[in-house]
Amino acid sequence: MSTLLTLEHISKSFPGVNALTDISLQLQEGEVHALLGENGAGKSTLMKILCGIHRPDQGDIVIRGKSCEFHNYHDAIAAGVGIIFQEFSLIPYLNAVENIFLGREIRHWGLLDRSTMRSKAAELFKRLNVDIDLDVPVDHLSVAEQQFVEIAKALALNANILVLDEPTATLTPSEADHLFRIMRELKSQGVGMIFISHHMEEIYEICDQVTVLRDGCKVGECAVKDVEVDALVEMMVGRKIENSFPTKEIRPAETKVVIDARCIQLHKEAPANSFQLYEGEILGFAGLVGSGRTELVLGLLGATPVYQKVVSVNDEAVALKSPADALGLGIGLLPESRKKEGLILPFSIRENITLNNLRKHSGKGGLIDRKHESESVNELMAKVRVKAPDGETPVLNLSGGNQQKVVIARWLNHECRVLIFDEPTRGIDVGAKAEIYRLMKQLTSLGVSIIMISSELPEVVGVSDRVAVFRQGRIVATLEGDAVNSNEIMRYATGGTSDEQYH
Amino acid sequence: MNNITESQIPHRSNTSFALRLSKWRKSPVFYPLIGFVVIFIAMAFINDNFLTTTNLSNVARQVSINAIIAVGMTCAILTGGIDLSVGPVMALSGTAAAGLMVAGFPPEVAILGGLMVGALFGAGNGVFVAYAKMPPIIVTLATMGIARGLALIYTGGYPISGLPEGFSVLGRGEFMGIQLPILVMLVVYLLAFVVLNHTAIGRYIYAIGGNEEAAKLSGIRVSRYKLLVYTISGVTAALAGIVLTSRLMSGQPNAGIGFELDAIAAVVLGGTAIAGGRGAIIGTLIGAMMLGVLNNGLNLMGVSPYVQNVIKGGIILLAIYISRSRDK
Repeated sequence: MSTLLTLEHISKSFPGVNALTDISLQLQEGEVHALLGENGAGKSTLMKILCGIHRPDQGDIVIRGKSCEFHNYHDAIAAGVGIIFQEFSLIPYLNAVENIFLGREIRHWGLLDRSTMRSKAAELFKRLNVDIDLDVPVDHLSVAEQQFVEIAKALALNANILVLDEPTATLTPSEADHLFRIMRELKSQGVGMIFISHHMEEIYEICDQVTVLRDGCKVGECAVKDVEVDALVEMMVGRKIENSFPTKEIRPAETKVVIDARCIQLHKEAPANSFQLYEGEILGFAGLVGSGRTELVLGLLGATPVYQKVVSVNDEAVALKSPADALGLGIGLLPESRKKEGLILPFSIRENITLNNLRKHSGKGGLIDRKHESESVNELMAKVRVKAPDGETPVLNLSGGNQQKVVIARWLNHECRVLIFDEPTRGIDVGAKAEIYRLMKQLTSLGVSIIMISSELPEVVGVSDRVAVFRQGRIVATLEGDAVNSNEIMRYATGGTSDEQYH
Repeated sequence: MNNITESQIPHRSNTSFALRLSKWRKSPVFYPLIGFVVIFIAMAFINDNFLTTTNLSNVARQVSINAIIAVGMTCAILTGGIDLSVGPVMALSGTAAAGLMVAGFPPEVAILGGLMVGALFGAGNGVFVAYAKMPPIIVTLATMGIARGLALIYTGGYPISGLPEGFSVLGRGEFMGIQLPILVMLVVYLLAFVVLNHTAIGRYIYAIGGNEEAAKLSGIRVSRYKLLVYTISGVTAALAGIVLTSRLMSGQPNAGIGFELDAIAAVVLGGTAIAGGRGAIIGTLIGAMMLGVLNNGLNLMGVSPYVQNVIKGGIILLAIYISRSRDK
């Protein structure tokens, strides 16, 4: 085995932040090297340096013994580095062949040589041992298949160093298995891969070597077979993680039902789901990515049209035609994507928090009382502990955790009875996570009911009083008490067939 | 990682002047104002006749029509939309008001009628944009043709003249030495300023342009406010059309050709982001003034209208280039 890539003493700082400090890493031929760390640990920055998007302040990138200086992504590609981003860079309306050869089409007499490109693409997929329909636009392919096209595209550029940034985040277990088969195939062909994932079991499944980053520093490197999961986690977070969940309380027998969703059917062929939400509880919505949890919630609130909906809130039948109706009934949503669906990015913290309750701050004649508004905002910011100089700070300048707290504060400005948290801690560091759990608990103790959609099993298990498990758009089980554990949830979420592969 | 850190908080020299300046620079009105002042001073130096009360008062009056239209346009653009139909809506409302007066209605009723026509037409735009969810540029491109056609059908292609003498006050009258069109413009801007900066409606208009999905999911009735915005745009276009009709004392079916472009230019020169969510109504007024001063100055200099087009286009490009590089 020879060394493909060496990163030597890489350091990088952005204004006010030391993003990376003295990081070294070696990648061998045919090795899968896991890069582990919390959000904000510097994984992405390091990978962006490797593919020429950022330039290091110090340190060298050495590929096959040759020191390289990348000015942009193209330089990196030319040196044989391929990166599969979390968000794909495929053109949805073009087919796989057209995507693979985009920008460097093979020409014959100035015209596209379709047959040559097609056969070359077919060859690549054969090398990956996958079967892809080459004639349909890629947006007709599954997420996994699109990812395989991305990999083929990188290989078509003669990449022998492949970076996979959380490739399994949006895949089903069987698709992830398929990806791992492809990775093993590439391994045997001598391709070196850097693999980023938050799933420990995947590290053990596919990786040889693991490097752990924390706060921009390298805290450890070892062979995967020589290290226990707990040790890795501890390296990652710098402390034991068990205590970040608040303790649960037992729900009294006679608790009021706040939302009784007797039937929600998203479209004609979709399953009809029903669930109850009790006062003061946290109901977890668990399931794999794409199992229909967010869709159900958006349908419930009237944000998207549904085929059929029978819902009562506080024993009263309601129509819920729009999120504004839901708001009128005291039901609020913290959407899955803070930036796309939660925040008004050009707005300040103040304007974001008071956005949907301006009437509260308006005096006679409908004019906003700026003083009253600012006072409420200051109170709320203190309550959820937003770290910012003041309410006039643009939300763009905040970290993910603080942005999420701003969205939470928006709903605390209402007398909400029900809050729906969709992936509340995605992309948030451990400290901020614990604070968000604390807030949720604080709310339920005041009688607020919470639905929490989460794809992180430990979170679902640690926070929820009850858990509804989704599989392919259907609530397949509602677990309570001791049944709220990872094994049970995973068994239902995956159809009960593959619980072994998660341990 | 992009946490606020000490080093990002401005602490250059701690004088309050420096602080105020750095705050000022972030205002969307900062660059438009500098641009206006620069052009204004340049024109004053080049032309001896520029800096006279009569000339400046005329510039302000000439600007008022475009500036009034640009109020509705600002609202539409702030929500991330646009309204191309304002020019023809002007003509349609102006001729409708003229027609009403010729039919014997008093000017007050005719003015209200004309405003109604604009409101209805704008609301029509709004229904297609907000409820049928069609792209504003396509909807208003289509209704632009419809409005012009209706104005031509209604008038048979000829101006409507023979309007009652009293009606001319709106376009030609004065109040306390200020020409009435200027006063109308100032009132419209004052109203718009209050609504956009001090009411919930204004906040929603910015929010929709800033992130429509987030606004909707947080419980704002986005469609309702979009409908309102296009209605406002129809009303301000109608008001401009009526003022113009009064000034000319005839209802012109061909009034307002190309006015949508001037209004958009005023909005964009005024620092409002074409993608919506950021901007200021005062900026639009400055933008309209900038265009007016430029027009006037170039005319006084005797620059050929052909060359004027090139210069104006170049200045708009430059202004937007500067405001874009500021955003980064």
